[in-house]
Amino acid sequence: MNIIVLVKQVPNTTHIKLDPKTGNLIREGLESIMNPDDLHALEAGIRIKEETGARVTAVSMGPPQAVDVLTQAMGMGADKAILLSDRAFSGADTWATSYTLSKAIEKINEYDLILCGHQAIDGDTAQIGPQIADWLDIAQATYVREIESMNKNEAENEIIVKRRLEDGFERVACKMPVLLTIISELNEPRYPHMGQLISACEQKAPIQVWNAADIGAKTIEVGLEGSNTHVIKTFTPNFKRQNELLEGSTQEVVSDLIGRLKKSDTSISHRL
Amino acid sequence: MTIWIIEEKCDGCQRCVRVCPYEGIEMKGGIASVTERCTSCGACIEACKKNHAIESDIKPRPVPDFSDRQGVWVFAEQNQGKLARVSLELLGKAQELAEDLGQEISALVCGKNVSHLVQTLHDHGAKNVYLIEDNALENFRTIAYANVIEDLVLTHKPNILLMGATGLGRDLAPRVSRRVGTGLTADCTQIVIDPEEKLMYQTRPAFGGNVMATIACRYTRPQMATVRPGVMEALPCKVENTKIIRHEVSLKKQDIRTRILEKILEKKPGTDISEASVVVAGGRGINGEKGFAMLRELADLLGGELACTRLIMEQGILPHDVQVGQTGKTIRPEIYIACGISGAVQHTAGMMGSRYIIAINNDPLAPIFKLANWSIVGDAHEIVPEFIKQLSSGGAS
Repeated sequence: MNIIVLVKQVPNTTHIKLDPKTGNLIREGLESIMNPDDLHALEAGIRIKEETGARVTAVSMGPPQAVDVLTQAMGMGADKAILLSDRAFSGADTWATSYTLSKAIEKINEYDLILCGHQAIDGDTAQIGPQIADWLDIAQATYVREIESMNKNEAENEIIVKRRLEDGFERVACKMPVLLTIISELNEPRYPHMGQLISACEQKAPIQVWNAADIGAKTIEVGLEGSNTHVIKTFTPNFKRQNELLEGSTQEVVSDLIGRLKKSDTSISHRL
Repeated sequence: MTIWIIEEKCDGCQRCVRVCPYEGIEMKGGIASVTERCTSCGACIEACKKNHAIESDIKPRPVPDFSDRQGVWVFAEQNQGKLARVSLELLGKAQELAEDLGQEISALVCGKNVSHLVQTLHDHGAKNVYLIEDNALENFRTIAYANVIEDLVLTHKPNILLMGATGLGRDLAPRVSRRVGTGLTADCTQIVIDPEEKLMYQTRPAFGGNVMATIACRYTRPQMATVRPGVMEALPCKVENTKIIRHEVSLKKQDIRTRILEKILEKKPGTDISEASVVVAGGRGINGEKGFAMLRELADLLGGELACTRLIMEQGILPHDVQVGQTGKTIRPEIYIACGISGAVQHTAGMMGSRYIIAINNDPLAPIFKLANWSIVGDAHEIVPEFIKQLSSGGAS
């Protein structure tokens, strides 16, 4: 069986700081990490490899430095890694990104299972997985929190997964090949293995770099030019409220606050 | 595609630096300079209209004629014959968009035996309701629903298609957008029609939610967006000359590719934070389970619910269904008490619609204070116990 895991290098947005004066993002010193959900997708792929002897290929699209997440993927146990990197890919929206990744997957050609994180922390769109599944015309299951079994039910290849829903979960049988988007409940990702990490860094392990021509994509179909949506402007949100700072001892501020709540036009004011 | 600066014309105003979404421009010796991160998006050229100090060789992409693309559509999500509230909220927004565009509102509803939902959709602004009933649509399955919507969109050519950013919507919308060949903006917090081009301007938190981005889909139709539940407001309204359009589909079992084996409900009753009038929420500044037990006590005393930030959910202290923010729930309670929450936009996106916001944090610079009605600078582990004490003893005198 052949598994493709899609991973993304993202800025560690949980550690982001805003400039207290301007309210702008401080981008300096921002650490780059593998997108957290993608770690779980990779772990899932490697566990299947350990059980069934599948082959795991990690694929990422990004600038040259995104090779770091692929090195990490090799260190965790991926057999092969491919970086899609080309200046023409930059500025891509989800349409152009999913197109680029699916062209690479078509080039890889042999795949039964595609795993990716449910969403990336820098965009939170959760669109890339379903869009790739549609480009490739294969089944999809999102919010996957458990992979139950493979190939056990019928003559045709099927995988049974549990999907998280708002009010519980559902068990779904999906015809393979299938793309699964993984949520963090699925597993606990391992740390990279030192020996594998060293071989990955020493280039003993093959990390290939493909550009637009390698995957047979025209530059007008990828990146900003190939995108359907465009950013018109960005701004730092500005929320205006009557802002009052309550000052005094702990006892005083709490009593002040309760007094204000009592006088407020809310449904609980009479209960306090 | 390249962008360059005419140095003599640059007055160092830094407008271009501020608008660049990609860190593609920086100041060097008081003059703007293009960095290797530039994607040639052209945002800086737009910002430098006054000085014309930025030029490029980007050829403007022709905008196709979309005069045959008419109508604001809302995908009406239902589960077991019950409408998702977000669908009515989207119809509320659609009323505003349709008026600005001078176009009609349509809702589409798919399922098995769902015709009883049509009247509710009419009553919330949908002039036309596309009704698609089929046994294969009883439970939501991505490809079945995507096939139906693709068929409808290609036949009737809407201008705009809105969907809820629910679990179902976030599974389905990207697939539909790819299928019909258009762009999609996820989790919009604001949608307006630009008066000049009549484009739908879609604003969403970007870059980890620390900045907001306004996005447009200029070159393809329909313009598609998803919106989280609770962000828009449902507005009942009287619509005349309503129409029901039944749409027949032929779905083949082998094309759908997935089978639902069973559905298991896990939800405990009475913990829906989006229904609560008071929400007490904790973040990084609250010490583990003990700290949250304290917040729960406060929530109970106020007749409210306990909620948290993403970090707390990821630490496994509280479940995902009480996480507030861009990747959790969007709520608008009467009173929101943020304890030990710094106020990153990915969190505040989910609670800024609250009527009163109370912030308790020991960092006086925490951004949460900017949007609070009442701010208390101090340790939540001291303030909250005092709050509990005063509430239990009959409150402030």
